[in-house]
Amino acid sequence: MRVLGLDIGSRSVDAVWLEGGRPLDAAVTDSGFDPQAAARTFVDRGEHDVIVATGYGRHAAREAFGCEVVTEIKAYALGASVLFPEAASVLDIGGQDTKVIALGPGGKVIDFEMNDKCAAGTGKFLEVMAKALGFDLEEMAAAALAADGSGIQISSMCTVFAESEVTGLVHRGADRAAVARGLHDSIAKRTLSSLKRVGATGPLVFAGGVAKNAAMVELVRTGFDGEVLVPEESQTVGALGAALSHGAGAHE
Amino acid sequence: MTETAAPDYHQMWAELGLDLPTHDMLLQAVGGMYGDAYLTQPNRPEGTGYLDFVLSEVHGLRIKELDDFRKQGGKVVGTFCLYVPEEIVRAAGAWCVGLCAGAEFAYDQVEQIMPRNTCALIKSFMGFKLAKVCPYIESSDLVIGETTCDGKKKAYELLGDIHNVYVMELPQTKDAKALAFWRERVAELMAKVEELTGNKVTADSLRTAIKEVNDKRRALQRIAATFKADPVPMSGKDRLLATQIAFYDDVPRFTQMMNTLADELEARVARGEGVAPKGAKRVLVTGTPMAIPNWKLHDIIEKAGAVVVGEEMCTGSRYYQDLVSEDATTLDEMIDDIAEKYLDINCACFTPNQGRIDDVVRMAKDLGADGVIDYTLNFCGLYAMEQHSVEDAVKAAGLPVLRIETDYSMEDVGQLSTRVEAFLEML
Repeated sequence: MRVLGLDIGSRSVDAVWLEGGRPLDAAVTDSGFDPQAAARTFVDRGEHDVIVATGYGRHAAREAFGCEVVTEIKAYALGASVLFPEAASVLDIGGQDTKVIALGPGGKVIDFEMNDKCAAGTGKFLEVMAKALGFDLEEMAAAALAADGSGIQISSMCTVFAESEVTGLVHRGADRAAVARGLHDSIAKRTLSSLKRVGATGPLVFAGGVAKNAAMVELVRTGFDGEVLVPEESQTVGALGAALSHGAGAHE
Repeated sequence: MTETAAPDYHQMWAELGLDLPTHDMLLQAVGGMYGDAYLTQPNRPEGTGYLDFVLSEVHGLRIKELDDFRKQGGKVVGTFCLYVPEEIVRAAGAWCVGLCAGAEFAYDQVEQIMPRNTCALIKSFMGFKLAKVCPYIESSDLVIGETTCDGKKKAYELLGDIHNVYVMELPQTKDAKALAFWRERVAELMAKVEELTGNKVTADSLRTAIKEVNDKRRALQRIAATFKADPVPMSGKDRLLATQIAFYDDVPRFTQMMNTLADELEARVARGEGVAPKGAKRVLVTGTPMAIPNWKLHDIIEKAGAVVVGEEMCTGSRYYQDLVSEDATTLDEMIDDIAEKYLDINCACFTPNQGRIDDVVRMAKDLGADGVIDYTLNFCGLYAMEQHSVEDAVKAAGLPVLRIETDYSMEDVGQLSTRVEAFLEML
């Protein structure tokens, strides 16, 4: 049986095709303004027997494709623990939310935390800040990594306030690499305290789009008490977990 | 719901000074929310028909009853909080009603006189007042406030500029001195409502009122007790609604209808009949009150397939779990008993407030909950501060906790659903 796992997120739609527990293929596309249409391009390939959806679009997908659904929390927990059986916790920083998950034996969710309704400290936040600093995302991460961490602190985590704060710093002539470093530092600090609250221990699997950001990975690695593992395909961990959840707790 | 030609209440609303077009809009919105949250539920007990009827007439027939009562010289007293003793109000011949809140309304007007980061409950009641859409406050000859939190305390000053308001001062501890102090406030309230109605409270009238209000609580206790069963005989959403309606409805009629509903629920439990499959995940909700039409969290939980087995909140167990003693013979003793019972309510405005934490753990065990959701309105510092102790105590009792901070808006429903569903998957 071929299972298509779909992770329909705010910034991207990710797909994994699975057969007998082994991934056959994976794909990522932008969510755009119509994430369901983006998801449909994967469904239309017709290379599956059953679909399991996760992510914000999961309920809409259930209506559109009649598929099973599972939450992102469970999907990431399953995906991460199959990629790294030794994993004890998961961090996922996605397009508009951050999740931290403490895992028990067999990838069982013991505790989790998610940010509230705002996009503080997420992928979207980094995009907005990069734009304010005149960087693209990779340049910003590289600049942050190169800058030394003793300089600027960003106190606002609200995207709107932080943007004003960054604009203010830039207008006062602050070095934009140092500002970028300050931004990454503040997200890392927030993330690490969230990990502490759920009692996360190592090894920690860092997944989601923001795990591609070298500066974030470095800062989480420095601050976290334990090993930090980054999957090669960090963006499709949720889709993989969704596919894996078929027959293991996904609901109709 | 039976389809009869709905009477037109517009003239009554206009006489009360409501803003008719805005009020029509509100009713339509509440009707829509109700339809989506309530009327889509399968296999509801017949007794919930009464709840549907009352809700459909919440600004209609009930307001007409208040209107008729007032035209005969009766007085209506509006309250926002459990600490205002309904027995005292009724013994003086007045009726008590809960006031409107529970929806985001006219915040633009509210934010001209209060800070934006005020809790939703306060902003909402002020919004209903400023936009002239709450027929309960417009029917209230007196609003009785209390000093349960800083936000409400100051909000009553603002409300006092535009309405007849009386504020009861509540102590912050529960020792003997505090009780003596509170007993004086209860006696003062009695003098205040006697002055309002022109009726003297007597041992007889207070005894009757104590019995009536206790009977209302007993009926709600019977309903709550049926939720120990698996499957549950009714949705948690319907139980929440029953408690919400208790604040507004005619006391003896409501008691009778709720006892009828309790009979039906007990019969369902005896037959093993329920509204969710046996083994459905069971959640206890604790935290800040949920005023009509705030059904947001229950709706999310129950649409995800779980059941809410109880509410440790003001629109829940805190409202009905304790009774006023019925043993007193003199008026003075009755006032003592009332003061004592009301000071026993476990609100986060008290320090310490271990009683609430104990209640949460006890209820979770009694009701066979699989997990606890701690629900706090944004900017409610008191309940947010207690989230930590609640979480520690519940976890020590071996159950997981999900903390939620939200408001009356619908913009976070997607994120809340994810968190609630993930919590349920974890149980």
